[in-house]
Amino acid sequence: MPLSFYKKPGLVVYVTCGDPDLATTRDVVLAAIEAGADVIELGVPFSDPVADGPVIQRASERALAAGTTLAQILTLAAELRQQAQSTGLVVFSYLNPILRMGMEKFCRVARHAGVDGVLVTDLPVEEAGEYLLAMKENDLAPVFLAAPTSPDERLKRIADASRGFVYAVSRTGVTGARQQLADDAEKLVRRLRRVSKSAVAVGFGISNAAQFAAVGKFADAVVVGSAIVETIEQHCGREAEAVGDFVRALVGPHPGRETRG
Amino acid sequence: MAALEELEREYERAKRDQKFQKRLESLLRNYAGRPTALSFARRLTEKLGGAKIYLKREDLLHTGAHKINNCLGQALLVERMGKRRVIAETGAGQHGVATATVCALLGFECVVYMGTEDMRRQELNVFRMRLLGAEVRGVESGSRTLKDAINEAMRDWVTNVRTTHYLLGSVLGAHPYPTMVRDFHRVIGREARAQILKAEGKLPAAVIACVGGGSNAIGIFYEFIKDKKVRLIGVEAGGRGEALGEHAARFRGGLPGVLQGTFSYVLQDAAGQIALTHSVSAGLDYPSIGPEHAALRDTGRAEYVPASDAEALEATTLLARTEGIIPALESAHAVAEVIKRAPGMKKSDVVLVNVSGRGDKDIGIMRESLNLD
Repeated sequence: MPLSFYKKPGLVVYVTCGDPDLATTRDVVLAAIEAGADVIELGVPFSDPVADGPVIQRASERALAAGTTLAQILTLAAELRQQAQSTGLVVFSYLNPILRMGMEKFCRVARHAGVDGVLVTDLPVEEAGEYLLAMKENDLAPVFLAAPTSPDERLKRIADASRGFVYAVSRTGVTGARQQLADDAEKLVRRLRRVSKSAVAVGFGISNAAQFAAVGKFADAVVVGSAIVETIEQHCGREAEAVGDFVRALVGPHPGRETRG
Repeated sequence: MAALEELEREYERAKRDQKFQKRLESLLRNYAGRPTALSFARRLTEKLGGAKIYLKREDLLHTGAHKINNCLGQALLVERMGKRRVIAETGAGQHGVATATVCALLGFECVVYMGTEDMRRQELNVFRMRLLGAEVRGVESGSRTLKDAINEAMRDWVTNVRTTHYLLGSVLGAHPYPTMVRDFHRVIGREARAQILKAEGKLPAAVIACVGGGSNAIGIFYEFIKDKKVRLIGVEAGGRGEALGEHAARFRGGLPGVLQGTFSYVLQDAAGQIALTHSVSAGLDYPSIGPEHAALRDTGRAEYVPASDAEALEATTLLARTEGIIPALESAHAVAEVIKRAPGMKKSDVVLVNVSGRGDKDIGIMRESLNLD
């Protein structure tokens, strides 16, 4: 199904799959959906997560130690699809595990599992020819990252190549919750809107209701990742419950989050 | 991407700028000590009884290895770009020392990332970097060696990209690094080719160099690529065994993959996770290889062979006792290969070995492995 945001702003929740194990990930994801998540990013753990800060680095290490693979995550996606018909599912991975599986095989299996979109962290749009073809053939939405340092022409290329939404990175840096969000985010979204009509989700650093509301004013959706992963890390044994509470606290107090027509 | 594009533009401009080239040449000559000597290894040649062995002496370059060729080049680009903060990764510490050196020379802030395992085994270089004014940040994640240092340097770079230049130390990473770093090291091969023609009146039958990321090797190979009869031999870290994780020989079981912005041969498992590697030499201990080496190997222009930890250590002792040169453990891998190869070659053949660095930093490791005290 196409990736779209029916609520304003939409909530995208990222989890590192397999941390501490896939069964917990399944429960956590279902709890997040129940609490209000519109799209789930299924993070694939990688040995060298160069774009990630310490929280997701640690989660990746734990998930890899538990033997988590891309193939297993696609199986989990299929299971989740059965249980959550209208939630967007995006596979979020570095390129190498996908290359190892085979670009075409990956896209086919993902499609079959009911995945909606894919975001490959370290695949720039300039190198994405083969990927975009395989994605198109399998009716999957490619989501690309836009950074505050991207010049306008590049933003247009990124937006044109993306389907579903563009992921606007709120600041120069790696993943990780922050107390202050820089103004980079709003400027970036404005620049994107000047070159594209695509929906824009803003992520990196968002961890509380106030930030969610502030970003939700100018973005179509807000991505919350490290804060969720850290919640999982800190609530051993009751991860799903804790994430459900966290998500409710995030979107609960938001006044304007009614369903779009 | 924007920073990479800016770097590429600046580099292209600098390539065509005579003033830049003259300034770089002057620093290489009057500061770093180029040209480096080409030494005929008379006693080693006699001992092995085959080809005539010549050693290209990058160990004599300022800071003790070839790394500074690239550091000087990139430091001048940093000046042109108006940035004042430089970061680098380092494995054995030679690139870190060379980076700290050029930052002291030009007045930049310098932060070097180094795996804590490498910091332990290359202590001398950690001290040198700090003495030169650099901040050395230990990296605890992963294998705590070179690839982890690169991850952390990249994280710093994306966070501080507007003020900071990432002075990458080898022919790895996203474009323009592999090309640019190779270009800054081409002087090695240019000199060696002219020197060997002067000394012997002919080209070598083979050129041998150790290959970690691949900078010293491509630096000496490049000028000879067009000389089809010259065999180019890269020596990888054979480590202590053949199983994944026991070595860093990318062409022994590595598969095409993407790591840290480069598509090349990578040691990895069946699920595409990057493998841990091992080598007694920190500078060769890396799971991927410069893409130009991958291309040279795939087209058959160059060949890549492993040398084990034990062979490298033996080679160190042999070179020390026949030629009075203590090579870095990395370079000792190239020496190990010439020890195997020279006896089977004609006495009229010439073989050129790149001694990419000197071995002072490795005294601690050598002491643990060789019973001399």
